[in-house]
Amino acid sequence: MIRTLLIANRGEIAARIAEAARDLGIRSVAVYSDADADARHVRVADRAVRIGPAAAAASYLSIEALLDAARRTGADAVHPGYGFLSENADFARAVTDAGMTFVGPPADAIALMGDKRTAKEAATAAGVHGVPGYQGDDDSDERLIAEASAIGFPLMVKATAGGGGRGMRVVHDAAALPDALRSARAEATSSFGSGSLLLERAVLHARHVEIQVFADTHGTVLSLGERDCSLQRRNQKVVEEAPSPAVTPELRAAMGEAACAVARACGYVGAGTVEFLLEPDGRFWFLEMNTRLQVEHPVTEEVTMLDLVQLQLRVAAGEALAIDPEALAPQGHSIEVRIYAEDPDRGFLPQTGRIARFDLSHAVRFDHCVGAGATVSPHYDPMLGKLIAHGQDRPEALRRLVGALEDLVLDGVVTNQAWLRRLLQHPDVASGEVTTRSLESWPAEVLAPSAEEMAETRALAALARFATISGTPLDRLGWRSGRNVPAILALETPGTGQSPVTTTLAITRSAGRFLVDETPVTLHALHLTPHTPPLDPTWDRYGPAEGAVAGSLDVTLSGVRFTVPFTVDGDTVWVRGVPFTDVSTRPAASADGGSGTIAAPLDGVVTSVFVTEGAAVEAGQLLLVMEAMKMEHRMVADIDGTVAELPVRAGDQVTTRQLLARLAPPPPETLAAEGSA
Amino acid sequence: MQPLQSRLDPSSADFSTNAEAMEAYVGRVRAVLDKQAATEEAYRPRAEAKGKLLPGERLARLLDPGAPFVELCALAGFGMYDDGDGRYSGGKLIAGIGRISGRRALVIVWNYAIKGGTIDRVNVAKMLRLQDIALRQRLPIVSLHESGGGNLVSASAMADPWMARIFTDAGVSYGQQAALSAAGIPQITVSHGNATAGGAYQVALSDTVILVRGQTQLFLAGPPLLEAGTGEKATAEELGGAEMHATVSGTGEYFAEDDADAIRMARQVVSQLPPDPAVPPRRPIEPPRYSPDELLGAFPADRKVPVDIREIVARVVDGSRFDEFEPMVDAGTVCGTAYLGGHLVGIIGNNGPITPSGANKACTFIATCEQWDAPILFLQNTTGFLVGTDVERRGQVKHSAKLIQAVANTRLPKLTILVGNAYGAGNYAMGATALKPAFCFAWPSARQAAMGGAQARKVMEIVTRGKWARKGIEPDDKAEGKLAQTGQMIEMGLEMISESMACSARLMDDGIIDPRDTRRVLLELLATVLEARERTPVTSSWGIQRY
Repeated sequence: MIRTLLIANRGEIAARIAEAARDLGIRSVAVYSDADADARHVRVADRAVRIGPAAAAASYLSIEALLDAARRTGADAVHPGYGFLSENADFARAVTDAGMTFVGPPADAIALMGDKRTAKEAATAAGVHGVPGYQGDDDSDERLIAEASAIGFPLMVKATAGGGGRGMRVVHDAAALPDALRSARAEATSSFGSGSLLLERAVLHARHVEIQVFADTHGTVLSLGERDCSLQRRNQKVVEEAPSPAVTPELRAAMGEAACAVARACGYVGAGTVEFLLEPDGRFWFLEMNTRLQVEHPVTEEVTMLDLVQLQLRVAAGEALAIDPEALAPQGHSIEVRIYAEDPDRGFLPQTGRIARFDLSHAVRFDHCVGAGATVSPHYDPMLGKLIAHGQDRPEALRRLVGALEDLVLDGVVTNQAWLRRLLQHPDVASGEVTTRSLESWPAEVLAPSAEEMAETRALAALARFATISGTPLDRLGWRSGRNVPAILALETPGTGQSPVTTTLAITRSAGRFLVDETPVTLHALHLTPHTPPLDPTWDRYGPAEGAVAGSLDVTLSGVRFTVPFTVDGDTVWVRGVPFTDVSTRPAASADGGSGTIAAPLDGVVTSVFVTEGAAVEAGQLLLVMEAMKMEHRMVADIDGTVAELPVRAGDQVTTRQLLARLAPPPPETLAAEGSA
Repeated sequence: MQPLQSRLDPSSADFSTNAEAMEAYVGRVRAVLDKQAATEEAYRPRAEAKGKLLPGERLARLLDPGAPFVELCALAGFGMYDDGDGRYSGGKLIAGIGRISGRRALVIVWNYAIKGGTIDRVNVAKMLRLQDIALRQRLPIVSLHESGGGNLVSASAMADPWMARIFTDAGVSYGQQAALSAAGIPQITVSHGNATAGGAYQVALSDTVILVRGQTQLFLAGPPLLEAGTGEKATAEELGGAEMHATVSGTGEYFAEDDADAIRMARQVVSQLPPDPAVPPRRPIEPPRYSPDELLGAFPADRKVPVDIREIVARVVDGSRFDEFEPMVDAGTVCGTAYLGGHLVGIIGNNGPITPSGANKACTFIATCEQWDAPILFLQNTTGFLVGTDVERRGQVKHSAKLIQAVANTRLPKLTILVGNAYGAGNYAMGATALKPAFCFAWPSARQAAMGGAQARKVMEIVTRGKWARKGIEPDDKAEGKLAQTGQMIEMGLEMISESMACSARLMDDGIIDPRDTRRVLLELLATVLEARERTPVTSSWGIQRY
């Protein structure tokens, strides 16, 4: 068995592997770059080695640094995780050559499946077909028309050199094909300089269904069932589940057999995933094989009761798979969502920052790499973790996951949490009727927060700020003995556009209730929890980060009483994952556009003059330099315009407030012309 | 310390009747504040045209969100001089104790929306009281200033022979500003607009001045007076604009872009003051066992029905706990200790007229409170010192004088709430404004006067009939009719001016409060007076001067 395992990865998967290793009595070694010095995976592992600077190329992608770390810690095995070097045959080979066990398939299998062409050939040889099509040297219209009848309709005409939809046509019947070929060829020629075309079966309403396979060194190859990852955004999986709502036991068996055939064909060992496109009629086409553990492996674990990482380690150590294939029918249903540090309201822009508070009250699985005070750096994939729910059936799993998304508090960095919650509540997701195109086909507004939702969140944020900023007890919070003087708060949110949005709210206390603008809210209680340092530094860090305060408001709003958590981090209050920054005391922008009058700040001598009368100048442009009290003073234009007066020359002695230059602003016509342009 | 057992039944018909009457009273006070706000609101279009915030909006931006605000002298001038229904009341000032950047401060916002925020008798009287509070409680003053200067119309001596005196009293307020500065009590003033002559001194005698671009007009003589006096023509901006003062005259330390920016700067300046002293409570704070909201029905609508002052104590102090002092000595004067916000206070209340033994008990109690360092809280409901041969023979004059002496001279902070009757010398002895408590607030049910209207009428009738008898006059119907008429006028007049809103209008207290707010008000005021003793301002002979 393995004694010491080096984990050549970071993030949630590195922590996940370290925990699995611990369960098997294996010592774990984490590696980290400078950006990850305080990361969770470093704390969870038994030991850790710094392998380089933040840049992945010099750390997590450096085979040399990783092997050095392994040698330094006496590791006898290396787990590559996913991403980084996990599908790098050279790395697998280097690990093996160094006399260590590589937790993964043989390097040759990685190489074979890593190349799309050879992978497809190997699969075809094993009787598992990719999406049918034709791509040959002879791409004459006659040949293509002939091939098309073999492929079937609808089909896609694509430019061989193509991309971005140029030269691409969807053809629904044979009659339309000649015209489509003609126009596609013309477009391909003009776009890419080559009129070469290929044909591919148009798979329009497909699901992404993948089979988890597992092979040992004793010749056993098993299918652990499928995962459905149809909900994707720009080819990035968003929601994954097992089993697939579209897969029957018969189909499961057929796809499982096909996947195992592919695995056998490449001499596979360990955990792998064979990805298929599944059509509504039950036909499925080979896409590719991932020769590693998948991000979404937990949903398979949840429905098979297996620990895939532990299985990987056992297989790598040479143990035979001791699994009864009959017992592999999915137990209940499991769904996973990926929590990303990204802002769905602003084009899924990746977010960075510090986790000001982390709390998970819901009893679901959360494989993650966060903690109060953790930094989300711009150097790596912005995935913070995966929420995984399990239920007796799909609706139960879905309910649990929605609940978990509502309860998870990950304040400090904007995430896709609320967006995922709205996604799971979409009717098509609830019914399971989605395809790989669903997400891109819905208008963005479908998953955007409603105006009411935003207004309520803003009101709660204002109340939270109001209730905490002065430290006044609830009994006297915002209380006035005489006239009703509201509290004024200006709160800024990132909004949906280029610049943040500032909203000014007035809060008035009235008969024990609060009016947040026009919204009446009863505040029953306010709870605040300051940061407490962890007793054991390796423990998960829940609650507020240092300097932050975790709070909750017990309120009645629109006749409904509920508790809403919030986090105070400096001037920012986080409510429901939205940051509201108090900008009430932000200084006003100076209206001082400049007067055009440049006067001497003190007595001195003009040493140089850089402009002449009538010259056009821009604000900030150097006009002249004077020397006074042994210091050089650079006099610059304070407005755009022309030099109207210049009563001094180099060498002139000037006195305080003496006019040095007068600038005339540009004539109004110019402004009007600019305004209408 | 044992909790009091209340006999007040909030579900009784009496309670509802009392609560209804009190709520109506509270409503009348609120209505005046609403009228003030409406006058201000009517100014909005003009304020907006000038890019200015309304006085109330300035106040809202100045105060710390969430922190309480105890308003002072809100009804000043109600029904007096140029005010009828309250719309012009308030002395052209919105003032109170609030928190700015975490510091307790006395806030004075000039209500320029009411008659231009001009200076008149009420305004000066209110200002003097506010400065007095700041001096005694060592509270920094933050002023948001904008005043049209002296009110030339009301300065006319025609209506009020004492009117000309305003010239001297207004000058007193400048002297007090100098005294505050020398005492090391900061005055931070935003000059939001007009500050002419006297107004200019209100700004310039402040320690820190914030000027507002395009708004400040700070000069000894404005363009009209200048032209009238010297013939010189100049714009207000040239004479005393923010830019001129910021760049040339140096009458101002900070330069703001607009109202909101100036208020932000004032908050910034206050944030640089030393933090408020911490006064740790002696006991953990406990809410009262009986809801302070029940105070609404605690005072009888029928003023002849007696009130047990302990029912009020039970709804004000921590845990409703009250340790009575000499409980068996005199039932009319109730003394005892309690905790308020965790701080020990000595409470003196009335359950009847003050007798010689009651006065003696109260004197001993005050002396004992000095030893315990317990500030005194008066819950005043007295028709006065008991009169009659018996008590005069027992030395009522010397005992009542002794109590006045004790109350006037104690070094303990005094807080007073007038809950009902506040008549005669009892008014003084029970800590009303005359004997300079730190603060004196009234319930709407309070009545302050030398005596009740009916008593005054009877006294006048007896004196007149005595005169007739001495002169041997046999009164005819006409004389009797005239006596009855005069008596009625005396009674009605006295009743009218002893009414709580009339008293508050004349600054005979610091304001009228909703009885339900009594504990909240006292918590803030007690904290204010306790902190005051711990404040150690750095004094100087002259204060801060501009060169």
